[in-house]
Amino acid sequence: MPSWLNRSQLLLMATLAVVGIAQSLSGRLDSYILSVAMGVGINIILASSLNLINGFTGQFSLGHAGFMAVGAYTAAVLTGRLAPQWSPLFGGQVFLLFPAALIVGGIVAALAGALVGAPSLRLKGDYLAIVTLGFGEIIKVIFQNLEFVGGAKGLNGIPDYSNLLWVFGTAAITVYTVWALLNSSYGRGFLAVADDEIAAEAMGLNTTRYKMVAFVVGAFFAGIAGGLFAHLNNSINPSGFDFNKSIEIVVMVILGGMGRHIGVILAAILLTVLTEMLREFGDYRMVIYSVLLILLMLTRPQGLFIWPTRKAARRQNA
Amino acid sequence: MIWKGWPELGFDRHSRRYSRITWLLFAGCYLSLVGCRQESKTGGLATTNNVESIRIGEFSSLTGPLAGLGQYTHMGVQLALEEINAAGGLEGRPFEVLAEDTGSKAGTAAPLVRKLIARDHVVALIGEGASGRCLEGAYVAQGAGIPLVSPAATDPQVTAVGDCIFRVCYTDPFQGTVMAKFAREQLKAKRIGLLVDASSSYSVGLVDFFKKRLLADGGEVAGEQRYNAGDKDFRAQLTALKATHPEAIFAPCYFGDAGLILRQARELGLTTPMLGGDGWEAPELVEIAGLAAEGALFPVHFSVSSTVESSRHFVEQFTQRFHKPPTGVSALGYDTMKLIADSIRRAGSTDKTAVREALRSTKNWTGVTGVLTLDEERNARKPATIVRVEQGRLVFVTIVEP
Repeated sequence: MPSWLNRSQLLLMATLAVVGIAQSLSGRLDSYILSVAMGVGINIILASSLNLINGFTGQFSLGHAGFMAVGAYTAAVLTGRLAPQWSPLFGGQVFLLFPAALIVGGIVAALAGALVGAPSLRLKGDYLAIVTLGFGEIIKVIFQNLEFVGGAKGLNGIPDYSNLLWVFGTAAITVYTVWALLNSSYGRGFLAVADDEIAAEAMGLNTTRYKMVAFVVGAFFAGIAGGLFAHLNNSINPSGFDFNKSIEIVVMVILGGMGRHIGVILAAILLTVLTEMLREFGDYRMVIYSVLLILLMLTRPQGLFIWPTRKAARRQNA
Repeated sequence: MIWKGWPELGFDRHSRRYSRITWLLFAGCYLSLVGCRQESKTGGLATTNNVESIRIGEFSSLTGPLAGLGQYTHMGVQLALEEINAAGGLEGRPFEVLAEDTGSKAGTAAPLVRKLIARDHVVALIGEGASGRCLEGAYVAQGAGIPLVSPAATDPQVTAVGDCIFRVCYTDPFQGTVMAKFAREQLKAKRIGLLVDASSSYSVGLVDFFKKRLLADGGEVAGEQRYNAGDKDFRAQLTALKATHPEAIFAPCYFGDAGLILRQARELGLTTPMLGGDGWEAPELVEIAGLAAEGALFPVHFSVSSTVESSRHFVEQFTQRFHKPPTGVSALGYDTMKLIADSIRRAGSTDKTAVREALRSTKNWTGVTGVLTLDEERNARKPATIVRVEQGRLVFVTIVEP
């Protein structure tokens, strides 16, 4: 192993390589399976990025769908409406244009995150949840009234640039970024804020800034996920980014176990595949889905995929 | 502990296993799932085992706020399907409809349509009645080259997606124009107030075209008020409209909102004629608005009180089968299914290109909603019927030609 790569970076590289191979073989899969797989990838990005805010930093945000919407609309406008002005910059090459659009979408979403975060992150608990909930609704209503992006009709005819490589590549980078951030000495501050805000502040941590960083990074990846979602579904509609969408992501984080990397990824996979598999049951689908959620919460309130981490086990043995 | 009273439920940390009650619950869930599954398989259509059926995919709002629309459309489709299969299907091959539910939610249609095409290998698609979701599905269908016929998506954008997308209803421009023409010529109204659901593409579209025609005909907009889906109180908007003294109010939306709007308008003492769009047509309108619905005017695709022979026959059959009278969208669903079956017959094969060509050449085809011709833009050309609510019933007022 080259000395400049640690184990997690190597894992990231390996994942990217596997995703690249999967992409080159994806022509053999039917388009339904492909779209479900990409839905899984997008949900992994959403859940992991929300996990940074809700799980690791201990803030309760209900506005993730709002950030997703900002990213989705920005990226879709760049590859669609503004493509004539914007794509010559990249020589009309989709493989350059698309990631650029995604990143700009992410940056705009991050700016939105900063905008919401600056005044509201001084709030705690329920109050923050209410502000972020309000933010999500405001974003939805703004897009509904913006004629430039189609208003209530939504934005249609977005090119389908999303593929396995982009979706899972981004998912791998998201998971790695969140992981690396938390395992850096700077990142321990997030956990400190989650554990005890007053103690953290007493130790000299700027808690508001930590919350802000978590919020902005989370919003950035949510924006990128939105861009991928828009280029997967070919159309986006403001009412698709409502409160329910935010809750869907929150459920993934809670089910996976707040503040667990692997657990949240598994929950994102499980819930996406489950909703697809339950289609067979027609009208009973939503009933079954909710019953399963209630059962899981009764039997595993600490999260579905939680096992003692090595460190915790060592602590127990000692 | 919340579960003190029921200590055996859940994962026991000490014995490291699930308690018996939990396993029982899991087993119960699994069994009920299996039960539902078999029901949905046999509860569908009787297909003969040795002949391969012709599969048609349907995606519609079977649940959620627009379930009234989706369910009534689906019943129409089902009635047509049963009639076609009773008559032997296509030379002995039965038709089969695979219905998927969009739950009235945005962002759900595209994956559903992908599934219907890639997994179920459908020959043609019956689209969602609501324009927004129909558009989402239309891009996928167009990409795969599978013909899609929408029963009730009236937004002009829908068929503009491409040469695979058709519809059997008239469009928003036509509806908005017709209502403006009707208001100017028949009601002699000049100043008209507008109430728009800003979150609904349907409502916004109708108002756009209504305004265009109204201004062209020398009318004027007395005032325009907006609201968002989910609002239940329209008094602020209605009071503002009342202050502008309109001679009529045009409020295109779906029946749920319409019922409340009508009710609250009358409570506020607004006595001007209330005009709507085809989304007003549902039994729920009168149920919600009660007496306030009296005098409401709106276009329909199909009048239940029609005296045309084929329409009367349809109403009889429908009422017999489902124990309630059909609505306009049921008739449109029925026509959509019949038109698709007829096109496959005319095409002589289930090849998607052949079916598309057959659909495109539809001329003077007689359905229960009237004689329709699919034009260059794949939209149906047919007259609109305007009805008025009188004593809780829809009474025919006039027919406006395209």
